Amino acid sequence: MTGRRRWVPYLGIAVIVAYCLAPFYWMLVSSLRRANDIFDSAPVPTPLSLESYRAVFGSSNGFVRSLGNSFLVAGITTVLVLLIGTLTAYALARLDFRFKNVVLAVIITTSMFPGISLLVPLLQLFSGIGWINTYQAMIVPSMSFALPLAVWNLTAFFKQMPLELEEAAQIDGCTPAQAFRKVILPLAAPGVFTTAIITFIAAWNEFIIALSVVNKQELKTAPVIISQFTGLTQFDSPFGTQMAAGVVVTIPLVVLVLLFQRRIVAGLTAGGVK
Amino acid sequence: MAILIDAPAGPEPARPAPGLRRTGVGKLAALLVSPTLLVLALVVAYPIVSALRLAFYRRDDTPDPVTGLLRPGDHFVGIDNFTDMFAGESSTRFLNALWNTTTFTVTAVSLEVVIGVLMALVMHKAFRGRALVRASILVPWAVPTAIAGLLWRWIFQADGVANDLIPGPPILWTTDGAQAWFAVVVADSWKTAPFIGLLVLAGLQVISTEVYEAARLDGASAWRTFFSITLPLVKPTLLVAVLFRILDTLRMFDLPYTLIGPGKNATDTVTVLAFEEAVKFGKYGPASAYAVFLFAYVAVVAFVFVRLLGADVLGTKARRGR
Repeated sequence: MTGRRRWVPYLGIAVIVAYCLAPFYWMLVSSLRRANDIFDSAPVPTPLSLESYRAVFGSSNGFVRSLGNSFLVAGITTVLVLLIGTLTAYALARLDFRFKNVVLAVIITTSMFPGISLLVPLLQLFSGIGWINTYQAMIVPSMSFALPLAVWNLTAFFKQMPLELEEAAQIDGCTPAQAFRKVILPLAAPGVFTTAIITFIAAWNEFIIALSVVNKQELKTAPVIISQFTGLTQFDSPFGTQMAAGVVVTIPLVVLVLLFQRRIVAGLTAGGVK
Repeated sequence: MAILIDAPAGPEPARPAPGLRRTGVGKLAALLVSPTLLVLALVVAYPIVSALRLAFYRRDDTPDPVTGLLRPGDHFVGIDNFTDMFAGESSTRFLNALWNTTTFTVTAVSLEVVIGVLMALVMHKAFRGRALVRASILVPWAVPTAIAGLLWRWIFQADGVANDLIPGPPILWTTDGAQAWFAVVVADSWKTAPFIGLLVLAGLQVISTEVYEAARLDGASAWRTFFSITLPLVKPTLLVAVLFRILDTLRMFDLPYTLIGPGKNATDTVTVLAFEEAVKFGKYGPASAYAVFLFAYVAVVAFVFVRLLGADVLGTKARRGR
């Protein structure tokens, strides 16, 4: 390679980084402007102002409560899905049994179903049994996409672990169940953790279920509340507060992503494509 | 591979009473797998079957001729919900939504594949700054789609930054019409092209450098190398990624809903329509019919990809080769 062309990859890198971060940067910048300069298009906000953040946290729009709701729904979904999914993934990765490929195919197929074809009948069911405006009405349907995702990721992870681990454990007198509990599970902790992050992000970002099954202000999740923020007048969209709230909702995820990027990328690419 | 070849030649007595071990393993496997299948039966299989049934029912809005009261509950209407989708007064909205769903999918996924592959090629070539790229590429993926919709709604405001950057009179992006459709495509490409790039990069990294060296020794041009080596070798990864992206875009809801809003001709997708029918109007019958149609649409696309194009969704082919 000649010196002339060595900068080309760096230019490419710069373009990619700009492509990915510019809109996000704009959200950050807009959230730091005063309400009066919100339509300003300078790349750096002058003066810096936390007005929008005060509006988000201060007023009675229920944003803080909705953050708690999001944590609760995404957290419980993640824990449930990991409890069930880890066992299944281990069986799919390690045990040799009949219908294994059928089970695997069923699980991956369910993740392809369009959410709306599950949501409409569940909505009718939930109105029938009084589940509208409950947490379980958000958690249970969320498992329809979170569980296949977790099983798929964990299966790929368990398959990467050396088979000798169980063999050694069995030689030492462990049953398959003991081998799983005492040897595999502790060593699989990083994979389970990565899957937990990916599942949590997917559940945290869920929108249509939470939008459909809940209409009580106190139970709405953060994305739903933010999308329904109202301005002072009917035609005034509160972009400043929306951007500030968007930053607040996204920052935890971005921090997770920065801390565990290597693992997340490994998890996403090994676990198929979801 | 070595294990597969060696296994039959191995000494038979090494596995005493294989049947016994198998039954034990079978029971354990059933125990471990059944919770997942049970949950999926409850939250996926039951709703699907239920939607199939609901699609043949409709809430009756006409009063009972005898009592003059509104008749409670849903009534069986045969295939009326389905025929109404293609003929009759509500068919225009549905066919329009179907058209939007399809054009969104074809355009956005094509665009994302091109951008994603370009990104992967750049990242593959770069030796420095990989951590930075990887971190920034995960940012659009991590932003909740509904929030991404609001962010792009802000960017595409009449007096927003998009119109500041584009010369000429301001465009009313978020109202309706072709520009609204385009705004959704842009937002979707931003959100998911990096993700395709990530997957393709993983595919690129397993291609051995020897193949490229051989091509270079044979004097192949960069274009030739890309089309004759890189693309065919990365095709299995790409095919699965494209399939999942297509299925994801066919059920698109969050972006059109938060970026443009429901009830817009240019951006209403089948999911938006079904959501409106079910949540806003409580018409579960027609909503289910839309949902069932979308389900069938998705199934056909998945079938074409897996059977005709050979998308290896389960990863069995790749693993056997490893």
